[in-house]
Amino acid sequence: MNKMENMTGAKALMTAMEKEGVKQVFGLPGGANLPMYDEFNRCDIRHILVRHEQSAAHMADGFGRVSRKPGVCFATSGPGATNILTGIATAQADSAPMVAVTGQVSVNMIGKDAFQESDIIGMANPVVKYAFQPRSASEVPEVVKKGFFIAETGRPGPVLIDVPKDVQTNEEPMNFPDEFKIQGYHPWADPDIVNVEKAIDMLLHAEKPIILAGGGVIISSAFAELQSIAEALMLPVVTTFKGKGAFPETHPLSLGPIGMHGHAEANKMMAEADCVLAIGTRFSDRSVGTFEAFEKRLKIIHMDVDPAEIGKNQNAQIAVIGDVRVNLRVMVKILLQKAIRKSEETPWFKHVQETKAYWKENLKLHPGEMGAAKLLRKLRELLPKESIVTTEVGQHQMWASLFYDVIQPGTFFSSTGLGTMGWGFPAAIGAKVAKPDVPVVDIAGDGSFSMTENSLATAVLEDIPVIVFLLNNSSLGMVAQWQRTFYDRRMTGVEQHSCPDYVKLAQSYGAQGIRAQSMDELDKAIKDALSSDVATVIDIPIDPEEDVLPFVAPGTSLSDMILPS
Amino acid sequence: MWAILSILVENKPGILFKVTHLFRARNFNIDSISVGTTENPDYSKMTITTYGDEKQITQIVKQLDKMIDTVKVERLDEHKTVFRELSLFKIKLSNANDSMEVNKLANAYGGKVHDVKKDSLMVELTATPDQIKAFEELAKPFGILDVARTGVAALQRSGA
Repeated sequence: MNKMENMTGAKALMTAMEKEGVKQVFGLPGGANLPMYDEFNRCDIRHILVRHEQSAAHMADGFGRVSRKPGVCFATSGPGATNILTGIATAQADSAPMVAVTGQVSVNMIGKDAFQESDIIGMANPVVKYAFQPRSASEVPEVVKKGFFIAETGRPGPVLIDVPKDVQTNEEPMNFPDEFKIQGYHPWADPDIVNVEKAIDMLLHAEKPIILAGGGVIISSAFAELQSIAEALMLPVVTTFKGKGAFPETHPLSLGPIGMHGHAEANKMMAEADCVLAIGTRFSDRSVGTFEAFEKRLKIIHMDVDPAEIGKNQNAQIAVIGDVRVNLRVMVKILLQKAIRKSEETPWFKHVQETKAYWKENLKLHPGEMGAAKLLRKLRELLPKESIVTTEVGQHQMWASLFYDVIQPGTFFSSTGLGTMGWGFPAAIGAKVAKPDVPVVDIAGDGSFSMTENSLATAVLEDIPVIVFLLNNSSLGMVAQWQRTFYDRRMTGVEQHSCPDYVKLAQSYGAQGIRAQSMDELDKAIKDALSSDVATVIDIPIDPEEDVLPFVAPGTSLSDMILPS
Repeated sequence: MWAILSILVENKPGILFKVTHLFRARNFNIDSISVGTTENPDYSKMTITTYGDEKQITQIVKQLDKMIDTVKVERLDEHKTVFRELSLFKIKLSNANDSMEVNKLANAYGGKVHDVKKDSLMVELTATPDQIKAFEELAKPFGILDVARTGVAALQRSGA
């Protein structure tokens, strides 16, 4: 292509996105983005039509987390743009790569309160990694190039590109740069060999060391490195909820997620440890409970790509800044060079194994046939290990944390930061687009699924067959649990009274709807769904009174678990 | 503790909003802020003074540094930095001697007197925030009708 070819801003945007390797976008057209939509007729980018812009953003988010390339969503100006904000904020809270493209009124109308005008840049700035608003068509190619670069490098995040309508339609000479400079952005750091060596030394001298793996391990695909280090030093591994599946949960060293709804054995061992290698985590309150209790007794080695995370929530004795995979590789190399390998005969390792075995044996589960643990273990049993699971937000999410073991690292995704109800189903659609050859299942609750269930239309009409594993307690289960626990059973606004009928709802969209009321029916339903070529909702009625336990109440420490009686 | 932060940012619309919003969103407080373009019109320099403990100030610097529009963030050492704030005080004159007394006070602090009227005058004072505060305390008995302050501008001394 002639580098200075004349073209419209809309065509330049599509061309620039093709150069970034974009194959599909999720979106909804409107008056202010029609020039860009018109270009879908003339390029090879697939447009996947959504029913609400929030879902477009969640689909792009799901795509981005699985592919680790920015997912792209489109919305028009005004309400279209404001509708995607929740999805953008969700991606920001979980460091997911995303590029959101919104239409905007023409430049000369900005600030005039024009029809469907919103100051989306002003609104989005607090929840994006960066926001652009090109004011002339010729700026578009560089803006797109920079936008994708910012979204996927360093700590990934959402980037907004807000394109005024006249910028889309104006024709100007276009230069598609191969290189550019962003002065204030330095996403890479050299390996920190000195501090990695100090970290090894600290871990070797600790009596009760533990690894806390966060979402950063998944983002940087540091699975093999993490496993090598854990095995070499015989370190038990707990994860944050966002880090669930950073380490195979069937591995003998795995204790599963810690936190408010973490595994009992993970919380116990975290509470007893004297030194933690914390990798790619921001020490969320949901993970560690009260900060003060956590850091009083622990030596902390904190590895993170984001320097601002060091010392934000927890002080660290040793900080290793940079991509965690790069620094973990250095650690592996040093361990190999020095032939460091700990034995299984340490008192700490034995204690960890005994504690783990105790809780696996003794954690009381719901006595009924359709208790959450049994349902999720059945799902795990029937799903191929490479299957991708997303979750909605609520009780089912925490049951998934407790009872669905991730075997292949990097196959479990949830809205853990913002905790966005309605995230899981559209995110599953995005995940399926990223990896069409593996089963994708959204573990859902009826409250959360209700918020974006209209994405069934997208799944059916766009041939994206995902499975919704719907634990249906006809209520907003987690809120109900808090009302039972902390508000003396004063139940307000939580009952949904079996409405709608999710089997009929699925069928009305052209999807498959199956109700499973026994384990035999569930077994058959999962197998039917896995062999189906349309989206399937498996509606599984469960006991509305079943609580998620263990539970660490807000504002308490990990050692203060509420256990099933 | 009080801290002076010097922040070089790209000279683009909306940056001031982003920086101030960062303080609000992260639950930090701005004590004073001043902004102006530098010798290079592509950049502006913000000087922000703030209060916090060591951990908070360190975190503010890191969060500012993380912003893509910030080119350089420095925490300036108060003892190795020239820092000044411009202030304007409109002071009430109640009797015949007040004008002379206020003039003396202004001179003692290196201030300039403007807009002298029968019942008021204005003092322009460029000084450190502490000196301005001291002047303010001494001027209070006369009656301060209005005050405008610019916020601190600061540069590190050469070789510091």
